[in-house]
Amino acid sequence: MRLIATILAATLTIGVTTTAQAFCGFYVAKADTSLFNRASQVVLVRDGKRTVLTMANDFEGDVKDFAVVVPVPTFIERGQINVGDKAVMDHLDAYTSPRLVEYFDPDPCLASRRREMSQDMAGLPSSKSALESEARSQGVTIEASYTVGEYDILILSAAESNGLIAWLNNNGYRVPRGAESVVSSYLKQDMRFFVAKVNVEEQKKSGYTYLRPLQVAYESNKFMLPIRLGTLNAKQQQDLYVYALTRTGRVETTNYRTVKLPSNMDVPAFVKSDFADFYRAMFSRQTDVENNRGVFLEYAWDMSWCDPCAADPLSPRELRSLGVFWLADRSSSQKPIPSGAQNVFVTRLHVRYDREHFPEDLMFQETGDRQNFQGRYVIRHPWKGEASCDVSAYHEELRKRQEREAQQLATLTGWDIGDIRARMDLPREPQVQDKPAPWWARLWD
Amino acid sequence: MDIGTRLRDPRYYQIAVLGTLVAYGALALDFGIRIENALTIVVSALLVQFAGTKAAGLPRFDPLSPLITSLSLTLLLRTDLVAVAALAAVIAISSKFLVRVRGKHVFNPANVAIVTLMVSTDHAWISSGQWGSAAIGAFLLACLGFIVLTRAKRAETTIGFLGFYALLLFGRALWLGDPLTIPMHQLQNGALLVFAFFMISDPKTTPDAAVGRVIYSMVVASLAFAIQFVLYQPHGPILALVATAPLVPVIDYLFHGSAYRWIRRPIHTTQGLKGVYR
Repeated sequence: MRLIATILAATLTIGVTTTAQAFCGFYVAKADTSLFNRASQVVLVRDGKRTVLTMANDFEGDVKDFAVVVPVPTFIERGQINVGDKAVMDHLDAYTSPRLVEYFDPDPCLASRRREMSQDMAGLPSSKSALESEARSQGVTIEASYTVGEYDILILSAAESNGLIAWLNNNGYRVPRGAESVVSSYLKQDMRFFVAKVNVEEQKKSGYTYLRPLQVAYESNKFMLPIRLGTLNAKQQQDLYVYALTRTGRVETTNYRTVKLPSNMDVPAFVKSDFADFYRAMFSRQTDVENNRGVFLEYAWDMSWCDPCAADPLSPRELRSLGVFWLADRSSSQKPIPSGAQNVFVTRLHVRYDREHFPEDLMFQETGDRQNFQGRYVIRHPWKGEASCDVSAYHEELRKRQEREAQQLATLTGWDIGDIRARMDLPREPQVQDKPAPWWARLWD
Repeated sequence: MDIGTRLRDPRYYQIAVLGTLVAYGALALDFGIRIENALTIVVSALLVQFAGTKAAGLPRFDPLSPLITSLSLTLLLRTDLVAVAALAAVIAISSKFLVRVRGKHVFNPANVAIVTLMVSTDHAWISSGQWGSAAIGAFLLACLGFIVLTRAKRAETTIGFLGFYALLLFGRALWLGDPLTIPMHQLQNGALLVFAFFMISDPKTTPDAAVGRVIYSMVVASLAFAIQFVLYQPHGPILALVATAPLVPVIDYLFHGSAYRWIRRPIHTTQGLKGVYR
């Protein structure tokens, strides 16, 4: 049975949402709470040497006990740190999420009658100074200390990591074991640190019930993300989503293998209600296939459009808020920004990492590749209408197709093929159809 | 020339190993090697070699060296434009005929083409992480086998480069207090091995004397390390090789050795005296 190409109208996309719980720095906490990095989301805007990093923060717990230590590749000063908009990150997550597409088989009796069921749905939104003197005595210079939004920011320049670690300890923060040697290594590589604490007063005034993302803009040759500190908090593997926004093309890692997530596969209809499970299982399976050392490409697209769209592309205003500095500033530009030509290419990378398999920080490069790629999975619904002709050939073809879908799903996710067949109402064992029906079988029907 | 003499030409082995790597990369590792780019590179390289042979008045058209250059380009260069692939082959092969000092060409053909295009356009890049670490063991074995089989006599550059580069990586890790898994991981890089075994090892563009080759490999390793870990730019080795290639005539002037010929021929043949173009 062939699908008619114009059935595209009947699409339904469901975004996979990600939950972010951490920065790529490391948490320090005062209370005896367990802080684990499980998943983080980072937006990396990069052109030339200029970088704007936005880190989502879904810290759960008492905010007054919360602080995060973030390594940055250069010295930074006051104006380089900002507080971002979480809704924009959620939008970017939704826009780039792997998507499920549905097609409906046409009436096999009326091949010419194209039944177009239009149920376009937008992608589901993403669910988801006393100090200073004390510091100086410990060999830590607090270069600057000020409040940005709901955060108190301390920019530290420590002559030695011992100073920074001791300062954190003396201020009642619990520093993860092993942090000292990593901090020392980073300092020798000319990295610097800032500490963000939540200013409870300011947070109350702002009215936000969650912590907004922190942003930092800097200029450096280093196109990288420091992940080594993040592994210190983690008991197990953790997930990181990197959304790279660039002018030229796709971003990939230079020191780890970047792999395209399997895509454009037909999957059984029940995946629709279980899409998040499907995606998680598939991702786990694929990380195993890559020996836990792969960085996965989930989306690479010109920001001006999408097909099918899990969410609308981001507006120029949203992109600027993420730090896409090369987009013309409306206030300074007389010309309106033409819609459709944003000159922004988005790459969504998903990496599951731990210290053993990702010993080194992630190093990136921008490539000239502007080929579009998306994680896209297809459900083809069988024709359920009343048959006005003999549809046995259609049903036979359908059964073969569903068996193929079951096997493909088992390969992709590692799920048990028997369970899959049961959920699809297929026979437990595939019916052996080695020999096609003889040519004369339906000759005199 | 009889077949036995021809098969002693190490380039046949080189073509076999590089061809296997290209096939493995394209089929098993999903390298993003585009077939149209690969074909364009091979055809353009052979055409330019043919034209260069005629223009330089060489007695014999030699397809082996342009094939090796084509395979190296296919393995390392990524581009979204067929025109860039063609240009790479043209730059690579024509550089052999145009940029020569004392009868030797200066730049490794694939190397100079890749760097020229990477620097001058957004449409050329190297995917150095694409090999992954699973393939590295087999890969290293294939490369070492190649050295043993063919020209152990000229392996100083490969061994010198890898040894010195590894020394610098481990030294850096010790200085930083990093776990040694980090330099180990940095060495397990497919592009680094391709570079060490098939690019810097090129006997036509490395110094003639053994001591010169060792010194040269250390210079390349030092510069590669500086590009990668002081300037924090990717692709240090490939950039370093282009930058240091002009030193080879100087090293040759200081340390005398015999120029490399792919096949040892009796000295009285006319080809032997003319210098072989690769």
